[in-house]
Amino acid sequence: MELLTNIGLNHYLTISALLFSFGLFAVMTRKNAIVILMGVELILNAANINFLAFSKFNGGMEGVMFSLFVIVLAAAEAAIALAIVINIYKIFRSVDVSTIDTMKE
Amino acid sequence: MSNATYISIFYIFAVITVFSAAFVVFSKNVIYSAFSLLFTFFGAAALYVFLSADFIAVTQIVVYVGGILVLLLFGVMFTNSIMQADLKTDVLHVVPGTLLLVATIGGLLFTFFTTGSWKPSDVQLQGSVVERIGIKTMSRYVLPFEMASILLLAVLLGAAFLARYDKVRNNEQ
Repeated sequence: MELLTNIGLNHYLTISALLFSFGLFAVMTRKNAIVILMGVELILNAANINFLAFSKFNGGMEGVMFSLFVIVLAAAEAAIALAIVINIYKIFRSVDVSTIDTMKE
Repeated sequence: MSNATYISIFYIFAVITVFSAAFVVFSKNVIYSAFSLLFTFFGAAALYVFLSADFIAVTQIVVYVGGILVLLLFGVMFTNSIMQADLKTDVLHVVPGTLLLVATIGGLLFTFFTTGSWKPSDVQLQGSVVERIGIKTMSRYVLPFEMASILLLAVLLGAAFLARYDKVRNNEQ
């Protein structure tokens, strides 16, 4: 009971571990490229929660700054990945990653 | 705020985050996944407020919900015909994926809860971080800040170049 009511670092690490595992599962098992991107976003969010939790309990600003840059990189990654997925859809008429296995048009 | 209220609000947001993340992964419908991701991002933003990173929480809502989620929804609607009733996605490697899921969760939680307790600093992060983020961005982290701006410019050009309407190829077809 003490473990449940005393919100500490372990609670945030648990949430982050669950988000990371779900993201990894989506990246591994899904065929749709968009859902794989959603899995990557879940993984980045898990990393952000870890950064901020360690920053909070350490008292420094390093984790906060790093999570800010992670958000910037996530936005850049989503924009480029969506552009690539749309190009793949234009060429193959499908976003199923298991059927896209050719390097020529 | 009393301690019991604080704890119950934390658990509400933790449950919202984890369960909507699970729904993103296990739902077969791509649209449901995308809308469930909205709740995951809001729950994560609430957890950031608990971690006294209010600026990051607001940035999370603006960038993730306002930008990335809209991009993902655009991608879903662009690459599936909406009229088709089932926006289903198939799965592959389910057994290795499930094994990896269980092994990752089990291994990480086992490590967190069996190795010795963390030693938090005496001076924890308190109050708002907005002012400190501004000072740090313009002093210690000015080089990563400028690199991020150059990266965003390159991404803007690259995404516009990749996704533009290709006139030459369309004429050939």
